[in-house]
Amino acid sequence: MTQTLAASSVLPSQQTDRANALPVAIFLILALVPFGAAFGPESYVLGLFTRVMVFAVAALALDFICGYGGLVSFGHAAFVGIGAYAVGIIGAHGVTEMLVSLPVALLAGAIFAYLTGTVCLRTKSVYFIMITLAFGQMAYFIAGSLAPYGGDDGLTVRLRSTLLGFPILQNDRTFYYFVLLSLLVVYFAFRTIVYSRFGRVLRGARENATRMATLGFDVFSFQRVGYVIAGAVGGLSGFLLANATEFVSPAYMSWQRSGELIIMILLGGLGTLHGAIVGAAAYLLIEETLGGITEQWKLIFGPLLVLIVLFARGGLLGLVDRIRGRPGRG
Amino acid sequence: MDWSTEFVEGLAVADPVLQLNDLHKNFGGLVVTDGVTLDIGFGELHAVIGPNGAGKTTLINQISGLLAPTAGTINFRGTDVTDLPADKRAKLGLARSFQITSVLPRFSALENVALAVQARNQTSYRFFGRADHEQPVNDAANAALAEVGLADRGQTLAAHLSHGEKRSLELAIAIAMEPKLLLLDEPMAGTGHEESARLVSVLKRLKGRFSMLLVEHDMTAVFALADRISVLTYGRILASGTPDAVRADPRVIAAYLGEEME
Repeated sequence: MTQTLAASSVLPSQQTDRANALPVAIFLILALVPFGAAFGPESYVLGLFTRVMVFAVAALALDFICGYGGLVSFGHAAFVGIGAYAVGIIGAHGVTEMLVSLPVALLAGAIFAYLTGTVCLRTKSVYFIMITLAFGQMAYFIAGSLAPYGGDDGLTVRLRSTLLGFPILQNDRTFYYFVLLSLLVVYFAFRTIVYSRFGRVLRGARENATRMATLGFDVFSFQRVGYVIAGAVGGLSGFLLANATEFVSPAYMSWQRSGELIIMILLGGLGTLHGAIVGAAAYLLIEETLGGITEQWKLIFGPLLVLIVLFARGGLLGLVDRIRGRPGRG
Repeated sequence: MDWSTEFVEGLAVADPVLQLNDLHKNFGGLVVTDGVTLDIGFGELHAVIGPNGAGKTTLINQISGLLAPTAGTINFRGTDVTDLPADKRAKLGLARSFQITSVLPRFSALENVALAVQARNQTSYRFFGRADHEQPVNDAANAALAEVGLADRGQTLAAHLSHGEKRSLELAIAIAMEPKLLLLDEPMAGTGHEESARLVSVLKRLKGRFSMLLVEHDMTAVFALADRISVLTYGRILASGTPDAVRADPRVIAAYLGEEME
């Protein structure tokens, strides 16, 4: 009996070829979108898919700590908002250089993650969810009280970030590829990390933190580093978001946004990385489509989500696996 | 040390790996560890036996750092580790197995053991390079698996191993840490006759290579393996000494062994 079970558990090395097909397809499609868009409402399609990729960056970071680290953060939008505000605030003082604003956005996300993570990671399970939510809301209200930077109304980003003074992101198509490149880099970085020594410790702590401690791993420190990485990447997403919308608002940090990010990774398939991209795309495209039909699109989307969680555990990727007759993800 | 004189002969050891000094643990009003003083010599296999609820697992949890004692000190290899967290103690060379199997279910058997090797082999703050492709780590992990008889089960997910195999995996993880002291919390728990005999022979091989503290209910195993035995009842050490001395101790017979040993 155990023998047959063993045979059915697919080894990572045998999985790689098949597992690579989907990410390759995803990035190919994203790379080709601008060419297709040229035949239709170009700026609308470019804008929509830019948005998809911006949220995919944030969702990837969340999948990293949540799917691989087992840390369900309900305050992930705060990192995004902080990154966006970094761009907005620096921009308000006349600095648009991305060699300044990008590192500041990353660093701001990382520092916020370090400080809040130091507190949050002392707690577990539902307490962790609640305390990350609390910190997220804290960031939301602080942003709303920044009177010099628009307060509740947010502030306009007058000029997209420049590189060495050149306005390279002004062109929507160039900006699209800049976001795609960022997504690609983030995706490969996370893929490398989850299989590295560090990633193995993070995954091990998700499985059994007590066991990891008795092996000699300072679980808290490892998780905090993971949380900081996720915070920095969240900041990157915020940097992109501020440039995409040319606007920064406290709403970026609201708990609904954090919830949407969790829905995205559940929708795509938790702990797969490319599932986060699929999930972000699915969520935003469904929102866009249903939103065009009715104002109450969430009435349709809600039950749809319940069905996916109930019948397609492992998200859309799990569904694809099952249709193709593969063993589902654990 | 004068406290050792009140115990049965053979307790004081010249070169202790572990010293428990007047350890107390209360859960509210419940006294679970009540002044345990014990030392384990270098290379010794010391068994702790006692009825259910005697506080054996609580004792192991305090030694491994998962529970903080209410009072008393724990000295490991000359360092007071009473206030150290579990991971720091593991780094000092303290390994443990769990009574209720505690492995990483979605990791392969090999990766479970490889993590134990990784923990003591260079830094784990390494973000590049596939961890599962590190040959020296995998070799050491495979060697540990082979020692417990799981050589051909390395690629199986831990969740898919049989109960007996999981018990062996617990052991492989512990020995892969190359510890200075092995804390074994009922390694034979729930295993059949055959499996348990096999584990005894594995432990016999490991004896001498590691100092071991063995908590076990299987008396055949305990008397076959232990250099010394301590009997724990109601959180207190009732008697401590060589297997023969303990077997003959009337208090032990009355309190615990009873006719089982006749």
